[in-house]
Amino acid sequence: MTPAALLFYALAGVMLGSAVMVVTRRNPVHSAIYLVLTFLSMAGIFVLLEAEFVAAVQVLVYAGGIMVLFLFVVLLVGLHRLGGPARTWQALVGVGATALVVLLVQSAIGDWQMEIAPNGDVLREGGGNLQAVGRLLYTSYLLPFELASVLLLVAMVGAVLLALRREAGPGGDTL
Amino acid sequence: MVVPIGHILTVSLLMFGIGVVGVMVRRNAILVLMSVELMLNAANLNFVAFARAYGSPVGHVFPVFVITVAAGEVAVGLAILIAFFRNKQSVNLNDVDLMKG
Repeated sequence: MTPAALLFYALAGVMLGSAVMVVTRRNPVHSAIYLVLTFLSMAGIFVLLEAEFVAAVQVLVYAGGIMVLFLFVVLLVGLHRLGGPARTWQALVGVGATALVVLLVQSAIGDWQMEIAPNGDVLREGGGNLQAVGRLLYTSYLLPFELASVLLLVAMVGAVLLALRREAGPGGDTL
Repeated sequence: MVVPIGHILTVSLLMFGIGVVGVMVRRNAILVLMSVELMLNAANLNFVAFARAYGSPVGHVFPVFVITVAAGEVAVGLAILIAFFRNKQSVNLNDVDLMKG
């Protein structure tokens, strides 16, 4: 087993362990911290799979941006009014059904050996990963890329509108 | 290939399963949103794994879109949550029963 493979299994173990901690911790702040650990381990796995750009975006957007949003809302809402877990039988049914599906799918894909493509080193050619992804984003995937920016704009406007306090002041000022 | 792709897919599958369990079991809306993020991340891992296997950078483009959608989803979801919390003083999903017959 190569060192890279060992590193992959170690990162996968940390990732799955902290993912379990995310859904089992009672305190949402602890869940958020474990979620950061999950995202960082995932970024490490992306680097191992030679997806450096995705790893960087993962760290910047997820571990940087989304987690701040989560922590902000957790602290804004307050920790003492949070909902408890579901009823025990509901939790058992949920875990059991999911475990069954996971086992079924795992039996189908678990021993899937895929040969690396003959042009497997194409990711490292021509200036590397970032250049290849950038070229694709601005040529073949230009329209989805622009649509994604429109989506972010809509999400931003929607979020501001939804979270705005509806108390019109004397000047019609609503914030 | 660092490891057999089946192992990567299994890790991604387990991560997705953990996310599904989180959505079904937790009643705290913030935790449910976090579990959705886990599921989206599991999908990204599949894209990147197959990009590595096929030696094509196209699989690196789609995770960027997934992360974009995840960011938008979290922003809107948390805004809805804040609006709900302002009305009901709760983020327990069992209290979300305004449209219940």
